[in-house]
Amino acid sequence: MSTAAAVLSNTQIERSPSHSLTIYLKEAKYEFLKNLRLRVYTVSVISFPLMFYVLFGLVLNAKESIGSTHVPTYLLATYGTFGVMGASLFGTASGLASDRGLGWLQVKRASPMPPFAYFVAKVLVSMGFSAIVVLLLLVLGISFGGVRMPLAETAKLIATLVAGSIPFAAMGLALGYFTGPNSAPAAINLIYLPMSFCSGLWVPYMFLPKFVRQIALALPPFHLSQLALGTVGAGFQQSTATHWEVLLAFTLICLGIARIGFQRDKGKLYG
Amino acid sequence: MIATLEQEESLQHANSRAVVASLESVSMNYGEVRALRNVNFTVRSGQVVALLGPNGAGKTTAVKLLLGLLQPNSGKARVFAGDPTHPQNRMRTGAMLQVGRVPETLRVREHIDLFSSYYPQPMPLEEVLAAAGLEKLRDRKFGDLSGGQRQRTLFALAICGNPDLLFLDEPTVGLDVEARRALWEEIRRLVNHGKTVLLTTHYLEEADALADRIAVINQGEIIAEGTPAEIKAQTSGKRIRCITELSLASLLQIPGVTDVKQDREAVEIHAREAEPVVRALLARDQSLSGLEITSAGLEEAFLALTQDNNQNANRQD
Repeated sequence: MSTAAAVLSNTQIERSPSHSLTIYLKEAKYEFLKNLRLRVYTVSVISFPLMFYVLFGLVLNAKESIGSTHVPTYLLATYGTFGVMGASLFGTASGLASDRGLGWLQVKRASPMPPFAYFVAKVLVSMGFSAIVVLLLLVLGISFGGVRMPLAETAKLIATLVAGSIPFAAMGLALGYFTGPNSAPAAINLIYLPMSFCSGLWVPYMFLPKFVRQIALALPPFHLSQLALGTVGAGFQQSTATHWEVLLAFTLICLGIARIGFQRDKGKLYG
Repeated sequence: MIATLEQEESLQHANSRAVVASLESVSMNYGEVRALRNVNFTVRSGQVVALLGPNGAGKTTAVKLLLGLLQPNSGKARVFAGDPTHPQNRMRTGAMLQVGRVPETLRVREHIDLFSSYYPQPMPLEEVLAAAGLEKLRDRKFGDLSGGQRQRTLFALAICGNPDLLFLDEPTVGLDVEARRALWEEIRRLVNHGKTVLLTTHYLEEADALADRIAVINQGEIIAEGTPAEIKAQTSGKRIRCITELSLASLLQIPGVTDVKQDREAVEIHAREAEPVVRALLARDQSLSGLEITSAGLEEAFLALTQDNNQNANRQD
């Protein structure tokens, strides 16, 4: 018996860093394909921000300005934020809630998948879809809205918005741990839509009623939109650093909540 | 004579095999509900062990404990003499669990490719597809598969990493007869290649056909354990069915009769041995007709075991 046990424990298998990297990449690749083929996801996440942008930025107000900023350029930043938020929340929360609630996450946890790979894939794919939404908005704005921005500014806008996907992906993970497979999409919309409005993503901040503007200051999308607006010269108030700090704090809080959910799930029948 | 020698040798061989998975005095509660009560259970290398029991008996809980998905309230679950959650033990383990929804937009081969990547020495894709009978469905999206095809895909995910130890939780639920037999063949082939399999089932036929050892589990307790033959022997007996004028009470007085039941126009008599009872029956009732004698199969053994267990439990309550 003792020799048998020795034989069993001697066959240790170490996973090389390159093997781990392969796993992370495959996990992200298939997470991306999974969402890309999910019409509910692509339609709601990509076409809604584009539709809003076309309607309010290209059809209705294309000749107007907000402050000194041309409306199609201004709304690029705000609808960009709206799109990033949607891609990230739906990219993480609904998948996680359904994987948790319906047993798929257990199958993956029973396998030798590094647990972190599952979450990293969701965050990376959220960033990927955020980039797609922002690029499509840019193409529309440049082609039909007369948006003209220096290359460096364009790159900064894209980078800011894609990085801004991380806080909302974190929020999605937290939501995914505290909602069920059926309630997740509703819960996301319940938070996503009012938050977008109150943060000045649909109606520019300065046109919002005063009490909504006060609420906006506490909302993460407001801070991301201010950072994005800053890259096109339309930001105002607080310094850039403050906005980043708010988003960082928000990210950490969400990850903390997600971690509580992760721990709570351990040792439960489903999770 | 030769056969007995061989049997003895194989028996000795079986006991000298290493324990690859075990539950040691494990109890597990979900809140108020007791899922497992002081369960001791071992799976030895190269064996197929079946956990046989009705729904809600604790089979899935036992599997989840051995997979490290649950932590026991007391006792220990061990795999390869270590912690089931250890990544190195997981790399040698494959699992097929009951799952509500699998990502539907990924293709069969994509699911397999991803799960294969988790393991150090996975089987080639073609082999996995062949083993699970999925060659023609490789490019099909999971959402477009039938229930049986989905089960086969989950089986493919369990074996693709070429694991030494395989957990199959109700693997043939939803499979038609042909697909079930094919899966049995595949499980036998894996065991011939030195793999160890723990499967749960409520199909008695399945446990009988596949398992080297059966553990019968009911209400969170293992109530019998042994080879299929030993389990059957625990309630060895015959079932005699006939149409007779004798009353149930008088039938019960025949020596060797353990139980009597009216079944439509006939009676069903359970007896330890058929011959003396039949002799007595024929002597007492000249008009007796429709005589049938069957041996108690695994099904009877199982029912008898679980019924005894339930009655005892009720008495204790």
